[in-house]
Amino acid sequence: MRSINPGRVVAFAVLALLSLLMLAPFLWAINTSFKTETDAGASPVTILPEGGYTWDTYVDLFQMGSIPTWMINSLIVATGVTIITLVISALAGYAFSRLDFTGRKLLLGLTVASIMVPGTIFIVPLFDEMLAFNMVDTYWGMILPQVVAPVMVFILKRFFDNIPRELEDAARVDGAGSFRIFLQIVLPLSRPIIAAVAIFTFVGAWNNFLWPYIVTNDPDLMTLPVGLETVSTGFGVVFAENMAKSVLAALPLIVVFLFFQRQIIKGIATTGLGGQ
Amino acid sequence: MTSATLTNKGATTKAVTTRPKALRSQSGLLYVLPFFVTFVLFLLWPLIYGIWMSFTDRDLAAGAEPELVGFANYAEALTDPMVWTTFGNTVLFTVMTTIPLVVLALAAALLVNMGLPGQWVWRMAFFVPYLLASTVVSLFWEWLYNPELGLINSVLGVFGIEGRSWLQDPDFAMAAIAVATTWWTLGFNFLLYLAALQNIPSTVYEAASIDGAGRWRQLFSITLPLLRNITMLILVLQVLASLKVFDQIFQMTAGGPDDSTRSILMYVYDTGFTNYRLGYASAISYIFFAIILILSLLQLRFARRSDQS
Repeated sequence: MRSINPGRVVAFAVLALLSLLMLAPFLWAINTSFKTETDAGASPVTILPEGGYTWDTYVDLFQMGSIPTWMINSLIVATGVTIITLVISALAGYAFSRLDFTGRKLLLGLTVASIMVPGTIFIVPLFDEMLAFNMVDTYWGMILPQVVAPVMVFILKRFFDNIPRELEDAARVDGAGSFRIFLQIVLPLSRPIIAAVAIFTFVGAWNNFLWPYIVTNDPDLMTLPVGLETVSTGFGVVFAENMAKSVLAALPLIVVFLFFQRQIIKGIATTGLGGQ
Repeated sequence: MTSATLTNKGATTKAVTTRPKALRSQSGLLYVLPFFVTFVLFLLWPLIYGIWMSFTDRDLAAGAEPELVGFANYAEALTDPMVWTTFGNTVLFTVMTTIPLVVLALAAALLVNMGLPGQWVWRMAFFVPYLLASTVVSLFWEWLYNPELGLINSVLGVFGIEGRSWLQDPDFAMAAIAVATTWWTLGFNFLLYLAALQNIPSTVYEAASIDGAGRWRQLFSITLPLLRNITMLILVLQVLASLKVFDQIFQMTAGGPDDSTRSILMYVYDTGFTNYRLGYASAISYIFFAIILILSLLQLRFARRSDQS
């Protein structure tokens, strides 16, 4: 047991206060979302609603149908982006780590250099390209531009580099080709990094706003963040509704966080992932 | 992101010593093919196509084929007052967010690293906002900042301070967005600092204690100097992220009031998608891109030099 000293008590109090400040916007949003619109818009502001708490706003949101549609769209887009990113980045990372082929140096150099290129800057030419491909207002139009992740290729390559080669030599003696070694030896040993890359790609794609916003006009195709911003369903005062929508949009990722807390924290700590 | 090479020192040195000898096999090209097809289509090509577009009068509304206009777009951009206004706003936002996002993240990590009870709660409280979509962050804060019904003005009222219309006031709107942004993304820097703190071996502190160095002395002579590299990294990542600000401003104030919060990327968006001037929008993008590139290279050089000393 550590001894209790005044310094630690002060530190504890400061930490508790800061944490409360960090959580306050959530708590306030949840509180508002269970009020009636009349209570949410009442002045002066009170914590407890006069008319009591109610589920009505949430029930209405599910009956109107937009939120479930947008959630499914977000799920489709985020899952698509995650799977494609993982497959193409792992394959490329493995080749850069283990195989020597013509143009390897050039391609690796290009990949590393493009880590610094901020993708959001090219939305204008990218949109023009999507028009030409007829991909505006399609899932592919949302997904494909998000799968190019040079930083993931680099992070996976670096992880593969650290897997001892001796493990593969035995398999090679048994006649295993490079693809079998990749599938049966390298990938199973890379689970932690693959989990980290998958989680960050998924969260990034689930939350991405600008690109899906630009490339979709059809409300039935919108992802959750885009739908929330673009379509306002209510008339007049919709504070409780806005907060209920926000809570619903935040919930899936908070559940992801609770499940994958260790991987997320470790992923950030060891790779600096997610800083975009 | 330069993070990959900087954060995990142990792994990089290991990578050098056990660097595998690559197997000569042209099949490697097949492995990199899927990545490079998407890379060329969705990153390299837009980059090149954008350069071409910036030299044309490409207009989404005009039916005519775009014509080459030489450097006209660039000349216009350099004399366009809105380019300078939005660039100034972007720099202001970057300063307003980078400082608290480094200082507060460090303070929070130092506090959590003291090993006080409740570790799980602290980590969650600081990190969870980072998982939110920008839209959710904007809806939360528009509600908190609401002049009559918002929590912030109500709490200020309790202390006898008169609140204002934070997001509608040109003097305060950018600061209000910076506060919301700090709340949103603090958790990422916090985790980077926390990991760095936990990598400092406890023997260093034990030795200092034996030499009679107190807590504060240890903080200033051991901890903070050892955090210099990670601070450089966080600064680089933060400045680059803040310069690209778009979402939360677009959602909370749409650039107003009086353009006081309009960022450069928002101006690119407005020029391209509201006014349909794709050629001109591309030229502004490329000027901005050049600035970011120069900044990254400068920071890289600076980081390398301080590494050597």
